[in-house]
This record gives sequence, structure tokens and C-alpha cells, in this order.
Amino acid sequence: MTEDSTDDSTAMQAGFDALIAGDERVEPRDWMPEGYRKTLIRQIAQHAHSEIIGMQPEGNWITRAPSLRRKAILMAKVQDEAGHGLYLYSAAETLGIDRSELLDLLHAGRQKYSSIFNYPTLTWADMGAIGWLVDGAAIVNQVPICRCSYGPYARAMVRICKEESFHQRQGFEILWTLSHGSPAQRAMAQDAVNRYWWPSLMMFGPPDTGDGASPSGHTAQSMAWGIKRFSNDELRQRFVDMTVPQAEALGLSLPDPEIRWNEERGSYDFGEIDFTELFEVVKGNGPCNAERMAHKVKAHEDGAWVREAAAAYAAKRESAVA
Amino acid sequence: MTMPALATYALRLGDDALVLSHRLGEWVTNAPQLEEDVALANIGLDLLGQARTLLSYAGDVEAAGRTEDDLAYLRDEREFLNVHLVERPNEDFAVSMARQLLFSTYQLALYERLQDSADPTLAGMAAKAVKEVDYHRDHATQWVLRLGDGTDESHRRMQAGLERLWPYVDEVFGTDDLEQSLVADGIAVDASTLRAGWDGYVDGVLAEATLTRPEGTRTPPGGGRRGIHTEPMGFLLAEMQHLHRAHPGASW
Repeated sequence: MTEDSTDDSTAMQAGFDALIAGDERVEPRDWMPEGYRKTLIRQIAQHAHSEIIGMQPEGNWITRAPSLRRKAILMAKVQDEAGHGLYLYSAAETLGIDRSELLDLLHAGRQKYSSIFNYPTLTWADMGAIGWLVDGAAIVNQVPICRCSYGPYARAMVRICKEESFHQRQGFEILWTLSHGSPAQRAMAQDAVNRYWWPSLMMFGPPDTGDGASPSGHTAQSMAWGIKRFSNDELRQRFVDMTVPQAEALGLSLPDPEIRWNEERGSYDFGEIDFTELFEVVKGNGPCNAERMAHKVKAHEDGAWVREAAAAYAAKRESAVA
Repeated sequence: MTMPALATYALRLGDDALVLSHRLGEWVTNAPQLEEDVALANIGLDLLGQARTLLSYAGDVEAAGRTEDDLAYLRDEREFLNVHLVERPNEDFAVSMARQLLFSTYQLALYERLQDSADPTLAGMAAKAVKEVDYHRDHATQWVLRLGDGTDESHRRMQAGLERLWPYVDEVFGTDDLEQSLVADGIAVDASTLRAGWDGYVDGVLAEATLTRPEGTRTPPGGGRRGIHTEPMGFLLAEMQHLHRAHPGASW
């Protein structure tokens, strides 16, 4: 390395540091440290994969939705999720990686998606619980990313959060209708909330401190880079504080006897989360990990001849024009 | 039960849209690429919107208090009036794209004419839907071209997809006394008069796609309009209706 290039890289690092320090946006054409690029690719890809795998548990109910209005809303919602996947893969592509490479990494199990989608959707009420709790938790996680230091990710997230907020309201409305319906519908709603509550709390990731805490320095580094703005436990608390009053409004209980208002903290206390479950699901031992991946890989493989045909046709047209 | 002819006509068109929408919903999460998950859901949503308008209208005209959901979820198979083409299973992407081309070409021609219906509700539905279906036909056309003139495998599959569904085409253009009585009042479109334009468009796409126009039909045609369906229809309705029927009178 010559002295000049050392000077260049020092200057480039200084430019990057100044953008971060000034809370400005890093854009694709800007120089960025390799670690920053890799962290963003991993995070945006995981987010994109979560949108795509997340279509499955809800897509599971499109053909069985109990009214035409609900069917239309559900189809639109799953379509939104595919659209979110598209924006996010595009944001990742600005970092110099193709969507097809990211999909290969997902299919090979080398990139992850949110563990919540490894839980089954067993009744119609699960469409409500996913909208209310899972999309609600996603919003709490994602709103701070609208201020992420990487411009394309932040901008994709602004659009996504607007739609997520609609998704959350529709989930709440499904549960409201069920909890004010027949005894069977009410029981269906309570059962869905019972099954989805704890996994939703686990969506914020491992605790900040203690036995289950993430040993790596990922969180601290991501905070320093302006990718992450709040810790896992801060976001989890925000979600609990937002959700407990909503559960009361629904007339449904949350499956945690330790939830109570803590006047001193100005927040709700809640029971201990069994993080061994989260770690098991992350490792691949959740209720639906194998099915979700098998479904995704099958669709991809079954569609290979279609994608090859589209590419061959485009090449023929191009050579005809040339 | 005898329905007014206009209600029956609205149900026929509404059931076509409802059942095809259901089949497209089955593609979601199974499409060859993400853009197609979006496109097929979008087309399915358009059709579902048309179905809701038509079923609600059928209920209004019948004036027996039946809602769109009563008509979608509480009728038995023998009361569904869609053509067989829309209820056939999706099979592979080529079969599904063949269906999209064959059906949307018909539906676009139908709605273009129905915009001038003497019935303002049908005319209004058609005027809105014609823009949607124009896109559906374009989407299908592009795929039939890509698959027909893509690789050897896609050509073979696309040709097989057309052969698979061609026998169900004649039924789509069938007409009967009920339709003719509404044609006489300027309300309905005589489906048989749409065939020539349909042949012209479809033949043009097939030729450009290097595909061969299949032959053949099934007897007796016109079964779906009389409530006689093919075997997969029972499974489709079982899936669509079971939850709604398991909770009689419930709101969702």
C-alpha cells in the first residue's frame, strides 16, 4: 500500500465518520467500512427473507378466509409483504449483492429470517394475532430503522412502516370482532394470543445482559454506526407498554400472571422469557422451520424453468433488436 | 328456488371471478419469482373485487336478503354457476398462464361490451373492471410469449398447458335462453358473439409464441352455467367454505 492510498483511506474513513457523527445518511456511492457493508447486508437480507417467509403462515389462510372482505384484506396484506421483500432486496442490492445470491444463501440456511415465522397458524384467529402482536412488534423494531444511517434502508423502512401500521390495525380489528363474537370465536382469539404472546416478545432478540445475552459486540457496533438505535430490552419494554392496554381494550388476557404496572418505572413489569425456546427455534428446531424452508425451496425449484424461459426469451429479443 | 334472470346472470359472472380469484390465491407463496407472487395476488384481488360487486348485486336483485357472503359461502356446489375453465386445478405455471390468457381474453371482450349495458350496475362494474382485465390479458400474453418462445422445456410445457385447457373453451362462449332474454333487453352480452374476436387475438398470440392452436372440446358444454361442475370444484368449495359454515351466523 502506498502512502497516498493510506492517506486516501484515512480521508475516506474520516468522511464516513463525519456522516455518522452528523447523523447524516450514507448513500451507495459513499465509501463505507467493509464491516458496515457486511452488517447491513446481513441485516437487510434477514429482514427481506423475513417478509418472504412471513408470507407463508398468512398465505396459509387465503383460501379459507371466512368472509370475502377478510379474504381481500388478507390477500392484499400478503401482497404487501412480497412488496416489502422487493424493496428490501433492492436496498441490499445497492450494497453490491444480487437478490439471487441472497436467495441462495437463504435456501442454503446460511442467512436467517425472523424465528416468529416458524410458528404455525392453526386457526383464523392467528391472522389477528399475527397482525396485532407480530406486526406490532415489527413496527416497534422498525420505526427506529427509518432513521438508520444507511439511506436506502431508511427510506425503504419509511414506506414499510406505513403499511405495517395498517396491518397491525387490521389484526387488532380481527381480534376485536372475534372477542366480541360467539363463545367459540372468543375462545379462538384467546388461544391465538396465548400461543403468539411469548414468541412475539422473543422477536426483539436475546436480552441485553445476563446468561442469554448475545456474546458478540454486534449491538454496540451497530449502535455506533447508527444502524441500531435502541437495545433489545428497551424495544421489548416499549412493545409491552404499548400492548398491555390494547389487550385490555380487546378484553383478552395475556398469558403472563406477572404483568403489572410499575409506578416507579412508569412501565409494565412482565415475567421471565424462556430464551432457550428462542435459541432452539433459531437453531432450526422450531415447530415449522423445516416446512417453511421446504416450501420456499420447492417454489424456487419448481419455478426454475419459468425463470430460465424468461431469460432465454429476453436474450432472443435482445439479439433480434441488435 | 327461482332467481330473477338478472340475478342469475350476475351470479354467473360473479362466480367466474370468485372461483378464478380463489385459484390465483393458491399461487401466493408458490410463484416462480417474487414479482409473480405480487402480480398473481393483484389479479386475484381485482377478480375478488368484481366478484363482490356482482354477488352483492345478485343478492340485491333477488331481494331475499342474501349478502355476498351468504352467496359465496352458503351455496352448495350445484348452485355455483361458473364455467369449468376457472375451477380447473392450477397444475403448473404454464397451465395457469394458459388459463389466464384464455379467460382474460374472453372477460375483456365481455366487459368492453357490458360497459354499454342497459343495466347501470353491470355497466358500472364493467367500466371499472375493463381497465383491470386489460392488464390481466397483457400479463398473460407476455408470459405465454416468454414460455412459448423461451426454452425447449417451457415450449413443451406451454403447449401442454394449452392442450390441457382447450377442451374447456367452448363452454365459455355458450349461450342459452336466460342470457338471450337479457340480451333482448340490452342488459347482457351474447357470449357467442365474442368468439370471433377472441379467436383472432388468441391465434395471434399463439403464432407469435410459436405455439400450435389445439383442437377439441368436451360434451356436453355449458355444464357450469347449470351448476354441473368438474370433480375439483367440490374440494375448492370445501376449503373455501368450511370455516364460515362451521360457525353459523357468526360475524367475521
